[in-house]
Amino acid sequence: MSTGLAVPRARTGGTARRIYAMLLRHLYILRGSLPRLLELAYWPTMQMIIWGFMSTFLATNSSWVAQAGGVLLAAVLLWDVLFRGQLGLSLSFMEEMWSRNLGHLFVSPLRPAELVASMMAMSFIRTLIGVGPAALLCIVFYDYSVFSLGLPLIAFFINLIMLGWALGLLVVALLLRFGLGAENLAWFIGFMMAPISAVYYPVTALPEWLQAVAWSLPATYVFEGMRAVLFEHRFRLDLLTGAVALNLLYLSAAFALFMAAFQSARRRGTLLQVGE
Amino acid sequence: MPQPAIDVSHLTKRFETVIAVDDIAFSVKPGETVGLLGGNGAGKTTTISMLLGLLKPTAGTVQVLGADMVHHRYQVLHRMNFSSPYVELPHRLTVRENLLVYAHLYGLCRPRERIRRLIEGLALDDIAKRRVGSLSAGQKTRVALAKALLNQPEVLLLDEPTASLDPDTGDWVRTYLERYRDESGAAILLASHNMGEVERLCSTVLMMRGGRIVDRGAPAALIQRYGRRTLEEVFLDIARRRDGSEGVEAAQ
Repeated sequence: MSTGLAVPRARTGGTARRIYAMLLRHLYILRGSLPRLLELAYWPTMQMIIWGFMSTFLATNSSWVAQAGGVLLAAVLLWDVLFRGQLGLSLSFMEEMWSRNLGHLFVSPLRPAELVASMMAMSFIRTLIGVGPAALLCIVFYDYSVFSLGLPLIAFFINLIMLGWALGLLVVALLLRFGLGAENLAWFIGFMMAPISAVYYPVTALPEWLQAVAWSLPATYVFEGMRAVLFEHRFRLDLLTGAVALNLLYLSAAFALFMAAFQSARRRGTLLQVGE
Repeated sequence: MPQPAIDVSHLTKRFETVIAVDDIAFSVKPGETVGLLGGNGAGKTTTISMLLGLLKPTAGTVQVLGADMVHHRYQVLHRMNFSSPYVELPHRLTVRENLLVYAHLYGLCRPRERIRRLIEGLALDDIAKRRVGSLSAGQKTRVALAKALLNQPEVLLLDEPTASLDPDTGDWVRTYLERYRDESGAAILLASHNMGEVERLCSTVLMMRGGRIVDRGAPAALIQRYGRRTLEEVFLDIARRRDGSEGVEAAQ
């Protein structure tokens, strides 16, 4: 009996191939589970339906909403980009913990930065699968297209998903530090930001002291920018600059925290045991 | 004389007040299989974790294929692999999907060809399309072994490689590992509680207790030194020595 494996070793690809491998791993799961695919789109669609009826009602009862049809629907859909972006990244990591696969991953040539890149890419895919159908149904049900925001929509999307990634990485760092006991954070950390991100109302609606906190969040710049497009028909570059600057800061900090948690896990010896 | 594939020197790991591994040293040459024996809590898994670079030592050095595993592990991770019943593969992926994912992670050329050979070699044909989560413990062990051999590793770290396997399959896997080692010249470090397996596969055995290597030698030499009939009796002698006395090496 021969193992048939004593052939010359040859290897191809590097970072890109390892990231592809991780994407493949998660896409196999999605491909094999229709309920998971439906689940991704379920909540964004439900949210959109509820806020769609609310918008219809307020359009005839609120002069503010009447000035810019779709302001609430655009806010709902964009908020979901942030939420799904964060959850998508955290879930990719939790999948590894649930299946007790982290030990194999961390002894493979996959580097932590590549793992992060793959989780970001997967978060992007999950977000598109989740928010895309809701945005299309919004056109059918309420005759409002979020795509009417034009090119600024791309800037809003990128900034919100970047903030989602920063939050997701924060959750992953906490999962590495505290194990699956920190799992619930993945589900509610995004909501903690919702009241002060000026999603559905202008930042001026907040108490003055809270406005300062709101302006420390990139999401506030995005939603103020969105209202500027809808109400004033102009794209505020100053708001975009603020959002990008804060996002780069938060994403860098979150990555540093993730690496610190990874190194701490290497010191404490928890990488092999991490899991359910 | 060939350079050791694994070279461990003064390796120590301390967790707050507990010393899990206490100043151990050993090396494994290419083509050699070394067994790591010891009871629960002896320090075997901690040692393997440090060899993989998953755990940073408190003191000492670990070199695998010439690379310092604390600072330069990514230079050699693609040349080594690992299997343990305590680390699993994604349950929702099929056997073939799992192997393909890891083949890409290890950057294999012609990954499907390599996977086909492994599936044939390890008799996984019947379960290749089944989800790993639906497999029996023994089947999972064989799949984990396939994953560990995917990249034809020069250094193979095996923690209980035949756990959960029936005697016939266990014997078959041991034969497979022997042949793999002889064909590829891989260095194998084997942690096992199966003394028959260790006697058969290992040219050297490291006896661990309380984080220290208390004795070492060829299985036959250890049996003779302790005046016992089997390696299991030697293991029990060492494991049950709770009066503070140490093995031959530690005493010296």
